[in-house]
Amino acid sequence: MSERSAFAPQRVLLYALLVFLAMLFLLPVYVMVANSFKPLDEIRAGDLMALPVQWTVEPWLAAWSTAQIGVQPTGLRPYFLNSFLLVVPAVIISTLIGALNGYILTQFRFRGAAPLFAAMLFSVFIPFQIVLIPMAKTLGLLGLAGTVKGLVFVNVVYGIGFTTLFFRNYYAAFPPELVRSARMDGAGFFGVLFHILLPNSAPIIIVTVIWQFTNIWNEFLFGASFSDYSSYPLTVALNNLVNSSTGIKEYNVHFAGAFIAAIPTLVVYVLSGKYFVRGLMAGSVKG
Amino acid sequence: MAALDLVNIRKSFGATQILHDVSIGLADGEFLVLVGPSGCGKSTLMNIIAGLEEPSGGSVSLGGRDITQLPPSERDVSMVFQSYALYPNMTVERNIEFPLRMRKVDAATRAERVRAVAKLLQIEHLLQRKPRQLSGGQRQRVAIGRALAREPRLYLFDEPLSNLDAQLRLDMRTEIKKLHQRLGATIVYVTHDQIEAMTLATRIAVMKGGVVQQLGTPYEVYNRPANTFVAGFMGSPRMNLVPARLAGTDGTLEIAIGTEGQRGVRIALPAMPAALNAFSGRDVLVGIRAEAVSLAREGAAAGSMQRMIDARVVVIEPTGADTLALLDLGGHEFTARLEPDAALQPGQDARFLIDVAKLVCFDPQTEQLIA
Repeated sequence: MSERSAFAPQRVLLYALLVFLAMLFLLPVYVMVANSFKPLDEIRAGDLMALPVQWTVEPWLAAWSTAQIGVQPTGLRPYFLNSFLLVVPAVIISTLIGALNGYILTQFRFRGAAPLFAAMLFSVFIPFQIVLIPMAKTLGLLGLAGTVKGLVFVNVVYGIGFTTLFFRNYYAAFPPELVRSARMDGAGFFGVLFHILLPNSAPIIIVTVIWQFTNIWNEFLFGASFSDYSSYPLTVALNNLVNSSTGIKEYNVHFAGAFIAAIPTLVVYVLSGKYFVRGLMAGSVKG
Repeated sequence: MAALDLVNIRKSFGATQILHDVSIGLADGEFLVLVGPSGCGKSTLMNIIAGLEEPSGGSVSLGGRDITQLPPSERDVSMVFQSYALYPNMTVERNIEFPLRMRKVDAATRAERVRAVAKLLQIEHLLQRKPRQLSGGQRQRVAIGRALAREPRLYLFDEPLSNLDAQLRLDMRTEIKKLHQRLGATIVYVTHDQIEAMTLATRIAVMKGGVVQQLGTPYEVYNRPANTFVAGFMGSPRMNLVPARLAGTDGTLEIAIGTEGQRGVRIALPAMPAALNAFSGRDVLVGIRAEAVSLAREGAAAGSMQRMIDARVVVIEPTGADTLALLDLGGHEFTARLEPDAALQPGQDARFLIDVAKLVCFDPQTEQLIA
């Protein structure tokens, strides 16, 4: 019975290994947080691993509201807002379109449904770089170049492949009798979607929202390519913050800025990470 | 409520034909049971009536109106599904009023209907629960309630009892029968359980291979099955089908089962359908229900419609309510349903009475009833 004991040698070794690996993963976070609370002098003095001697929130305030981003000393605040204005509609729209596609692909047997889904699935594997030029052309034609709306459009288009995949697999395992029953009860095309499918899709909605939120929040290439100083998302602003040199590299401000940029995705993961894993499993096993 | 007319319904998926020219006319207030083994096309036929599948040919009319091309929501038909299909995100109350809500019925009427239905089905205390908090029988009631709330012209039941345990199934069967008597509703009910079919139906359509084998009252289907398939499918134990030879002429026809002298028996027939005369001197399949046979008491005489036969008892199976005896009748196995206290031993020879009024003959080639 010794294997069962929490203090058996194998167990101790296992836990030690896990703790070591966890620390390895958390080390960069530690470095970021520790140094973001130091005055610049302390960082320059050399020891990145040390805790601050003199704690200060000055770098955080600077990164948020006064740091030089490109030519303007606005801090990350306006770009944080830009990212929200981008992420919220992009996530909602791409999730709804994914649900609609999943509904149509599973509940209506039409000619060409399988190749159509295969084509949408294929879009998941197209690298970002390939679509840059056609997308720039499209945005120009639509008059959305350099705007947050344009970025919403790009991210929605790019996300549809993923969201469709998620919802199609979820709805493929959805009890068909519920849909048939709703149709007999008088629900129309959207009635079935809004009254029956979506209210029973919580796990896959959570997965899709987390997936889309983190992807779009962290997305850099489209942001750098299709926006200007008024519509930069946070990732681009962060890059500009780090690259805007006024002579001295303010590492403490950079660390704080990077951490600010990571907070929303961390919050989303902490709040719904367990649903994420559960939902991914459900989709993959039943689909 | 309304009459239902199915005319030459056909359905094929590619080259596979699922339904062959099914025609059934159903009067207002009738309870039709579609029964048959799995894959016989009964569920497809029900889906066509519901509008969930399109027929490849033929027409469906309800109350004189052709509804073949109408979508399910406009047919005024409601359906109780095998899995109940309750909406898991809604309370019982919301489930029941969902069809009314979808039809934009006002809130006061909705509340009134929900109350009436809940009272009828005794589920008033469950209205605020979610489906997952209900037992199988309660879910079944809610599903029926949702179908009732709309007051449609036709109800469809798709194997509604097959997910319930045995005792509950019997109770719900009685409930459904009561409901039919109280509402006078027109109902089409699909099942593979022939006892459910017998107990509930005013008319039964026995199906096999996409063809209606027989459409008739439970009495007709049970006592005068149209062919050997129906004879074997309906009733438990199944009807005895014994090869025999028909001899004699009109009025003096008799059948011989097995060979004379080797436990063979001869049964003189009463005045039978004239068609039977054509089979004189030929082989037939004789169909006799297990309960058309009884044990002859000491010194008993055969009535005008009874014939005395001798047979050897092979196996005795007491079921409590009665005793099934497997007999050797002229070398053929034959089941008799006897009184529970019948004093018989395996291996014993005994004398039995056969009720020839209940005897039917089938053509061994076509397997159709000779009538």
